[in-house]
Amino acid sequence: MKKDPFNVVVTGVGGQGNVLASLLIGAVLVDRGYKVTIGETYGASQRGGSVMSHLRISRDRQYGPLMPPQQADLVIALEPSEAARILGQFGNPETVSVVNSRPVYPVDVISGDITYPDLDELKEKIRSLSRESYFLPATEKALELGNPILSNIVLIGYAAGAGLLPIDVDGLEKAIAEYLSPEKVPINREAFLCGMNMVR
Amino acid sequence: MALISKDDPGRELLLMGNEAVARGALEAGISVAAAYPGNPSSEIIGSLAEVAEDMGIYVEWSVNEKVALEVAAAAAVSGLNALVAMKQNGLNVASDFLMNLNLTGIRGGLVLVVCDDPSGISSTNEQDSRILVKSADLPLLEPSTFHEAKDMVRFAFEVSREINNVCMIRSVTRISHARGNVTLGPLPSARPKPHFDTNIILSALPASLTHPTAHRRFRQAKRLLADSTFNSYQGPDTPELLVITCGSGYLFSQEAVRLLGLESRVGLLKIGTTWPLPEELILSRLRDAGRVLFIEEVDPFLEDNVLELFAEHNTTLPKVSFLGKKSGTVPDLGELSPGLIIGILADLMKVSRPHADEAYSSTATDALRNFAPARSLAFCPGCPHRASYWAVKKALALDGRDGVVFGDIGCYALGVLATGFHQSKTLHAMGSGTGMASGFGMLGRFGATQPAIALCGDSTFYHAAIPALLNALHHQSDLLMIILDNSATAMTGFQPHPGSSVNAMGSQAPAVVIEDLCTSLGLKTVIGDPFDLDESAVTIYELLQESGTKVLILRQMCALVGAKKGPRRYTVTVDQDKCLGDECGCDRFCTRVFRCPGLNWDVSLKKARVDEAICAGCGVCADICPSHAIVRERA
Ligand code: SF4
Ligand code: SF4
Repeated sequence: MKKDPFNVVVTGVGGQGNVLASLLIGAVLVDRGYKVTIGETYGASQRGGSVMSHLRISRDRQYGPLMPPQQADLVIALEPSEAARILGQFGNPETVSVVNSRPVYPVDVISGDITYPDLDELKEKIRSLSRESYFLPATEKALELGNPILSNIVLIGYAAGAGLLPIDVDGLEKAIAEYLSPEKVPINREAFLCGMNMVR
Repeated sequence: MALISKDDPGRELLLMGNEAVARGALEAGISVAAAYPGNPSSEIIGSLAEVAEDMGIYVEWSVNEKVALEVAAAAAVSGLNALVAMKQNGLNVASDFLMNLNLTGIRGGLVLVVCDDPSGISSTNEQDSRILVKSADLPLLEPSTFHEAKDMVRFAFEVSREINNVCMIRSVTRISHARGNVTLGPLPSARPKPHFDTNIILSALPASLTHPTAHRRFRQAKRLLADSTFNSYQGPDTPELLVITCGSGYLFSQEAVRLLGLESRVGLLKIGTTWPLPEELILSRLRDAGRVLFIEEVDPFLEDNVLELFAEHNTTLPKVSFLGKKSGTVPDLGELSPGLIIGILADLMKVSRPHADEAYSSTATDALRNFAPARSLAFCPGCPHRASYWAVKKALALDGRDGVVFGDIGCYALGVLATGFHQSKTLHAMGSGTGMASGFGMLGRFGATQPAIALCGDSTFYHAAIPALLNALHHQSDLLMIILDNSATAMTGFQPHPGSSVNAMGSQAPAVVIEDLCTSLGLKTVIGDPFDLDESAVTIYELLQESGTKVLILRQMCALVGAKKGPRRYTVTVDQDKCLGDECGCDRFCTRVFRCPGLNWDVSLKKARVDEAICAGCGVCADICPSHAIVRERA
């Protein structure tokens, strides 16, 4: 990793599977000899709130489960407005963002109490807060694979394919088999490769 | 082979703090583990339950925390090692037993792990559990890392066996629900055979005899903890500032010191054995520190106890100024964060904090203000509670007597928010809704005319609402208890409860059926389907017109459990020709009021739309639309 500690935020909305995504990234890296700490903020995770995981990756020490403000090196966002929320707190001019373009509307937006930002303006804001940013139709790809929840693995696959995370498909398979279950390997492998193939 | 039971000493794994605790218990050779689920503690027993059969241990989800502690204590008084885990509210439930058990002591090992939830991220309250160990004369350990959480559990069992009393471990969300590297130790091969020595009577009575024993055991614990390696100091010999910290504060403080380049000026004293304190170590550090800063979560526990120690030794110590929660330097509530500690240290040490450039910061502020819309908590798409609250709301409107809904603990606690149409009016402890409704239902004699509804989940029913229901029945209180039976402890991860036909270890278990229990008491008991909105509302209305104590069970599986168990019930779409959009007189009833996340308002079309990636297919919203534009088809 270029920096130590390397700080990653995986963010999204309850039910999008970002806790699992960060667990898998972490498991692969611990197996490769890194010290990894993951802190999750998921009050009522299943129930529509924002969910973020902080990953602190280091060669030499165990870092705390939350990163200081403005210290994110990589943001993986399962939802675009959540990317803005994280960049606003933890971003810096060097941060790289990998973002699922599909919005998940808060109930407050559904009810008409507040509005969701214009998607193009939102993307522009994310770009202006990132050194590099990538927007992907991860949910659409995941729906093609049969389950919207797979968008998390699609995004990790993309980040790995773009050289942003030192993870390969073998490491991921091993982690899934060991930390989840061997039955979950094939579909997640497919989603990971699908993400990797989206890198041009 | 499950993660926490891997027999691979020396292997490094990424474990959640709670899994590390569970692994520590396995390495310590536990025979029994029990808990009632409550975040952030649930995964401790959850992960032990998964490996129970392989490891030959007994694990149960007890009916409540007091019973969990009693179950574990029975094993411990018979010479075994037992672990019990709970969240801060659970300790309140268990404390009546604990405050007697501490006087009788135990024969084997009993470790009580309490996971506090600073900021109440997944709790109704914020509470520091540590205060109880002082009145109970029990030792307390606080882990700062994941690996330490594992090793501390092992050590806690040694202490417990040595002093013949309970040893408590306090974890917090940022340890329990975080993950980090843990190096596995060996697993034991043999376990003792339980035996209750009937020559000994375990009674706290008379306290004049048992209380001195507890004090003696406590002094013994003090000697055992005094040189623990869980306490350590790093920094210069005579620091300008001494930070005394414990728990999650340690890693945050360590990073803050490094980030600000203060390694040669600030010392870090990490305390793992927070009660009784390692007095010699602390006194020796106080001698060389002019200024002390306390970093800990929730109450000033460490702070108070160090100040007490300082006062006892004030004639032999130099002048020290103490900073912490009492001086207002550190907030006296809520979670800690590295940003917070960086700010405090930068101010105290007069160094500048790292900052991004101006232009970036103002864009960041704009992003937070205008591009990150708030996300209120809401019931899941397809959650039966949304439907139940809808029916309650309708029934109360029909009834017209300003009925009061007494709420309770579970996912349905969100009923105080817009997602439950603000129907619940009270929210306190497990079972309290029924207890309060029982009292309110007695107030008719003073002229009260508002009907009382107690809402209660299935797991909460078994945990604490049954005594309240008996109370209501016996005193003929006028109340309708609505049991929202979603066949799971949904809030905490779907653990089984006495109504389930399997137990924690996955074996068949006789289910205690709610309606059987209620009818056997002679209670009028009705069962309904919350997804049938109209029928449910009418039933509630009719039951409210009857006097006495009545029970309505609204039964429908938690949407998340349902999604795991089978395909969705309906494919739901909005017929764009029938949806009148902004032209419809309903004023966006489906989205503005019903608020299921599966339904969106398409701003460009000005019409409702179902998001197929989110909709769970319950079909309920089809009954909401006055134009019948929402169409459900059997999937
Ligand atoms: S059918 Fe309607 S109420 Fe049910 S989950 Fe889908 S959008 Fe929500
Ligand atoms: S977890 Fe289950 S009970 Fe809880 S809000 Fe979601 S669907 Fe409802």
